[in-house]
Amino acid sequence: MNARTIAIVADDEHRRRRRALPKGRAVDPAALAEVQQLLGSASRARDQLIEHLHLLQDHFGHLSARHLAALARETGLSQAEVFEVASFYHHFDLVKEGESAPPGLTVRVCDGLACEMAGAQDLLARLPGLLGGGVRVVAAPCIGRCEQAPAAVVGQHPVAPASAETVAEAVRAGRRTHEPSGFIGLQAYRDGGGYALLQACLAGERRAEDVIAALEDSGLRGLGGAGFVTGRKWRIVRAEPAPRLLAVNIDEGEPGTFKDRVYLERDPHRFLEGVLIAAWAVGIVKVYVYLRDEYHGCRALLQAELAALRADPPWPGMPEIELRRGAGAYICGEESAMIESIEGKRGLPRLRPPYVAQVGLFGRPTLQHNFETLHWVRDIVERGSAWFASQGRHGRQGLRSFSVSGRVRRPGVKLAPAGITVRELIDEHCGGMAEGHRFYAYLPGGASGGILPAALGDIPLDFDTLQPYGCFIGSAGVIVLSDRDSAVGAARNLMRFFQHESCGQCTPCRNGTAKAAALVAQPRWDLELLADLSQVMRDASICGLGQAAPNPVDCVIRYFPEELR
Amino acid sequence: MTARETVRFSLNGREVSALQGEPILEVARREGLQIPHLCHAPGLQPAGNCRACVVEIAGERTLAASCCRSATAGMQVRTDSERALKSQKLVLELLQSDMPEAEHTRHNEVDHWSAKLGVGKPRFAARTQPAQDLSHPAIAVNLDACIQCTRCLRACRDEQVNDVIGLAFRGEHAKIVFDMDDPMGASTCVACGECVQACPTGALMPARDAALAVPDRSVPSVCPYCGVGCQLTYHVKDDKILYVEGRDGPANQGRLCVKGRYGFDYAHHPQRLTKPLIRRQDAPPKSGDFVMDPDRVMEVFREASWDEALDFAAGRLREIRDTHGGKALAGFGSAKGSNEEAYLFQKLVRTGFGSNNVDHCTRLCHASSVVALLEGIGSGAVSNPVRDVLQAEVVIVIGANPTVNHPVAASFIKNAVRRGTKLVVMDPRRSDLSRHAHRVLQFRADTDVALLNALLHVIVTEGLVDQAFVDGRTVGYDELRANVAGYSPEAMAPVCGIDAGTLREVARLYATSRASMILWGMGVSQHVHGTDNARCLIALALLTGQIGRPGTGLHPLRGQNNVQGASDAGLIPMMLPDYQHVSRPEVRERFEQAWQLAPGTLAPEVGLTVVEVMHAIDRGEVRGMYIEGENPAMSDPDANHARAALAALEHLVVQDIFLTETAYLADVILPASAFPEKTGSFTNTDRLVQMGRQAVPPPGDARQDLWIIQQIGQRLGLPWRYGHVSEVFDEMRRTMPSIAGISWQRLEREHAVTYPCMHEGDAGQPVVFTETFPREGGKARFVPVDIIPAAERPDAEFPMVLITGRQLEHWHTGSMTRRAGVLDALEPDPTAQLHPLDLDALGVQPGGLLTLESRRGRVSLWARADEGTPRGAVFVAFAYYEAAINKLTHAALDPFAKIPEFKYCAVRARPGGEAPRPGSYGGGQVLGPGRH
Repeated sequence: MNARTIAIVADDEHRRRRRALPKGRAVDPAALAEVQQLLGSASRARDQLIEHLHLLQDHFGHLSARHLAALARETGLSQAEVFEVASFYHHFDLVKEGESAPPGLTVRVCDGLACEMAGAQDLLARLPGLLGGGVRVVAAPCIGRCEQAPAAVVGQHPVAPASAETVAEAVRAGRRTHEPSGFIGLQAYRDGGGYALLQACLAGERRAEDVIAALEDSGLRGLGGAGFVTGRKWRIVRAEPAPRLLAVNIDEGEPGTFKDRVYLERDPHRFLEGVLIAAWAVGIVKVYVYLRDEYHGCRALLQAELAALRADPPWPGMPEIELRRGAGAYICGEESAMIESIEGKRGLPRLRPPYVAQVGLFGRPTLQHNFETLHWVRDIVERGSAWFASQGRHGRQGLRSFSVSGRVRRPGVKLAPAGITVRELIDEHCGGMAEGHRFYAYLPGGASGGILPAALGDIPLDFDTLQPYGCFIGSAGVIVLSDRDSAVGAARNLMRFFQHESCGQCTPCRNGTAKAAALVAQPRWDLELLADLSQVMRDASICGLGQAAPNPVDCVIRYFPEELR
Repeated sequence: MTARETVRFSLNGREVSALQGEPILEVARREGLQIPHLCHAPGLQPAGNCRACVVEIAGERTLAASCCRSATAGMQVRTDSERALKSQKLVLELLQSDMPEAEHTRHNEVDHWSAKLGVGKPRFAARTQPAQDLSHPAIAVNLDACIQCTRCLRACRDEQVNDVIGLAFRGEHAKIVFDMDDPMGASTCVACGECVQACPTGALMPARDAALAVPDRSVPSVCPYCGVGCQLTYHVKDDKILYVEGRDGPANQGRLCVKGRYGFDYAHHPQRLTKPLIRRQDAPPKSGDFVMDPDRVMEVFREASWDEALDFAAGRLREIRDTHGGKALAGFGSAKGSNEEAYLFQKLVRTGFGSNNVDHCTRLCHASSVVALLEGIGSGAVSNPVRDVLQAEVVIVIGANPTVNHPVAASFIKNAVRRGTKLVVMDPRRSDLSRHAHRVLQFRADTDVALLNALLHVIVTEGLVDQAFVDGRTVGYDELRANVAGYSPEAMAPVCGIDAGTLREVARLYATSRASMILWGMGVSQHVHGTDNARCLIALALLTGQIGRPGTGLHPLRGQNNVQGASDAGLIPMMLPDYQHVSRPEVRERFEQAWQLAPGTLAPEVGLTVVEVMHAIDRGEVRGMYIEGENPAMSDPDANHARAALAALEHLVVQDIFLTETAYLADVILPASAFPEKTGSFTNTDRLVQMGRQAVPPPGDARQDLWIIQQIGQRLGLPWRYGHVSEVFDEMRRTMPSIAGISWQRLEREHAVTYPCMHEGDAGQPVVFTETFPREGGKARFVPVDIIPAAERPDAEFPMVLITGRQLEHWHTGSMTRRAGVLDALEPDPTAQLHPLDLDALGVQPGGLLTLESRRGRVSLWARADEGTPRGAVFVAFAYYEAAINKLTHAALDPFAKIPEFKYCAVRARPGGEAPRPGSYGGGQVLGPGRH
């Protein structure tokens, strides 16, 4: 006989499980019933997954494994497919068997650069003690209220500027939601001549070709940051085979950027008319609007105004406009990651080619636009391309909406000529520096656009003007630093942000942001290693996040060497 | 396929050409350039996430992943520029910095490329390493070596479509997870091992460091389990199989399932029979009612020399033949054996015993399908290979659970669904495949004909008939049309439990698609109306012309690895090799000539089938048997009766590798060879003849089966002098026109050849019936059928329906798989699957004890809550000797095919009972040296 050497034991727990149940986690019938009730008649299609997760998170305050398993069953997905999506987005709280659920209320304190400069760390230190165990206090990446720094959110209710006391008061008073007011509603917008342009287009009074030409002549470029010429984009997508889709990016996550929110909170129909004109001109069958989850007020507003629009459409048979909710992922502001997210997946940027204009949402040719780009369509077409093109300073054309935050007297969205310098912006639009602060440095384009010293404060701010300095304007989120701040401190904040927000898909960004954050946290920087890391991240990352993440560090090394001594 | 255009571009300064869309990485490889790559692997969808393969393209701002980018005309690409090399090296350095100290694999691709590019000690601090997960018996999860390349995920999701592995969390926390970040052993993982085969760094490895040992040799072969016929490689050291890997065969494209990959060590099990054994004079008398222990074999048997054992075995057979005539003997060959063994075994029975009493387990699986197919279209084999599902627009899977029983075939079905094919699953049990289905028809058990006639009715009455096909290529349409008139969906809906609207929709879908294919399993065949069920499926294909083209046709998924080949070789009582009927004088004459027999030697009467043999033993008509590699004491219905019959034999010769329940009743046991211990050809479900090669020697005095059969034959007076196995195959070729074109040398060279292959150089025909059917006039025939109810319906006394079958980890009667360590550990105990609400009503907790009883027998086993089991039914696998469910099944036979009704009999369930006790093997126990 052979030697008895087979030694694989079925351990008792495994044996008990195998006797009782099929492989894996069984679906709890009670949880399935709860999920079915909550979903109601909503579509079970795969692209609705994130919406379904929001329903569960909002209702139960977290996502339990039993509900996720039930959701997988209900939607025909595997548990892994549901879990990997749920765990990607930071606004979902996953609770597995045997783990305790988070407290019923979460206070998110923004620790973006502007808020950190305004005392976010102090809030984070004080609030837990003040609010007690029933409230969870967490740091959140930029929530887009930099002009009111420091900002916090109680449940879905923004408190900005926030102090420990105002936050505690909001908690005490039970303020949990954000109901916006003071915006131009549908009737008021129509009274002001709104949707007349759209109707003129529909009536054949304007030709799509002319509208596209007007946009081209105006020089309007994509205001999400990439700066692609808008009219040209319409022309490209229009030439692609139908059905074509429009995806609107309001995942305004670039730290220091809040212009989309401010415009949306003020005049939503100007944007929606732009959407419909684009849909008409390009021949779009369906529109998806992707709104970052942090903008709870905007969501409520858009839901209401879209309902009003559907009830009284300016365009009979207008394309369906579906509002989609982000879930706490900066990367979903990247156009292809946003498309993945709309499809109900993890927000991993796609490799290009193919470009989204050819193969985009659900594999269809897709026109992708930032909110603000569409916001300007009506004005440019109505007032004429020359109106827009004639604006500008220092040889540049057009208008830019600068989100200015940091150490200025009057932060906020500043509509200013393209090409304005930061000094002019501070002096002419922001009432100068804040009391007691001296201009030291600035971020011209949010977290990823680099850091420049005050000595370079006279560069015209526009697309293409900052590249020679290793910077870019991006979405024009300008954060102003003073003599009380340091570029090294800013770089550390920003690299932590990129580490936190990297999607994790590619090696240079996933490993690179983590290694870089650790390296810059050191008191002395290893410049050679950082330079190598910067190069591989810039050259080999899949998307702009990894490619731009080294910008602040490289700028510190280039422009602020004295801080490193 | 249209020829792709080529483009010219510059690669490292050299003008090269590439196919349109061809990745630069592939072009570079062809040009002899090596670019490091990790996430890219042949057969997997491109991912482009590791970035080790980045190259510099003139005019582009960033580098491009050469695994995903294809060249355009005039493009200037450098794989070796300073900039490209810098990033390639830094990517490797970043990954190296997070690698564990100790290697998990002998083939770490990060190390391989690091060495090639001269990447030294990494300068970055390591990440915090995750803990090892050793919860799975087969696979060790070492995420400290994980580089998030997602090759495992793509293998699991895109290739096998098991959807167990996910990439969860984000950024540096991105993590490969099973289900919801569960321990692998507690997840839905089916242990196909595709992820292990895909992993480049050893993050997923065979457990217990099985693959760290260096094999002495690697032997290309095929899998010994199901009919899919996956090609594999045995990695062998010191004459033991270390581990198994998938090989790129036509039927599996490198894929395997848990049995193929981890179910090999039964061959090395300590209970292997290594000496011929003769029943002791003082052994207890044979009885069908026994409890046995393979460890105590010597209490019943004594060792003998081969000469003594063979003389005794053959001598008594000869005595019975000479005294009572050839019909007093019967032989069961094996669908686990090779074509050559099957051929020689049937030749032995036909020429040595002198009767056609030869059969094998095909009788228990697809006999009814084969009868219906021979009758309707003239050939019992499949019309199209499984992988044709990839060309189908609609696929119907009925009465089959391929994710369990044909897992690799199921993976192709799931691949097809991912590509847009509409899958319709019809089964009383809701299987794992249902998640992928366009429509699931969970019809009432036993109502197949009602369901299928309703579909035929819709096709006939809604003008969906392919009239040209019916007119030109079939006979009997009018009878069919008249017959299905009474089976409207509205009338059948209450019978089968599927609403009329769904029946109509599915009928239209099947009939009107560009290409529709039907695959079925034993849920169709194992009924008293099994032949009728198959006749309906044939009628569906013929009515709509959904046969004879790629992506169409009829595919009974064959069970055993060589059930197709064994039937082809004549291991059935009515047919000589190649389905030449014994009743036809010209056929017998031809074989008498080929086998150099006196005219009139071959018996003209059809022999007895498997279950008929048992009844003939009862009647005293069959007195002696030779059973090679089959276990009817476990696999026959009404097993108590089968065991009593076997016990009543005057002389039973069993040739096997273990002391099976059948061998326990033998007078002499001949220790034989396990699959990897011999060479021979095997024919899969697709009619693909493949080469199984010897990887290890048989243990002790065990001998190869072909040698044993020949020894018995010689002792029965046959003048056999076969040397090499190829000599048997050559004789088969001469008598079997279908394989005439397949030479042994070609099999050796190509590993696999499809038949029909009529002459040398014939490529073989994967799709048949393209022009005609092999029936009279070249036309297929409709056979109308009516509803026949199951032989034993539930009643007040026995209110539940028992459905039997198999489960993923265990093969048939368990003699192999319950001795395979990983498989046994994964599925150690017998379970009865019931709907949770039925369990609740019975007052049994999931995992509690349950006793099942029929009019014929009783077993106790563990109750598993399974939502897929219909209410009022219980499913049990027949692999467990301690809960042998065939003691309960009913031996009622289909009148045409003599297949038993394994899929339906009446039982009752009650809580509690005596816990099933595993004996000396199985049950997830450690077999350690301390036990004796």
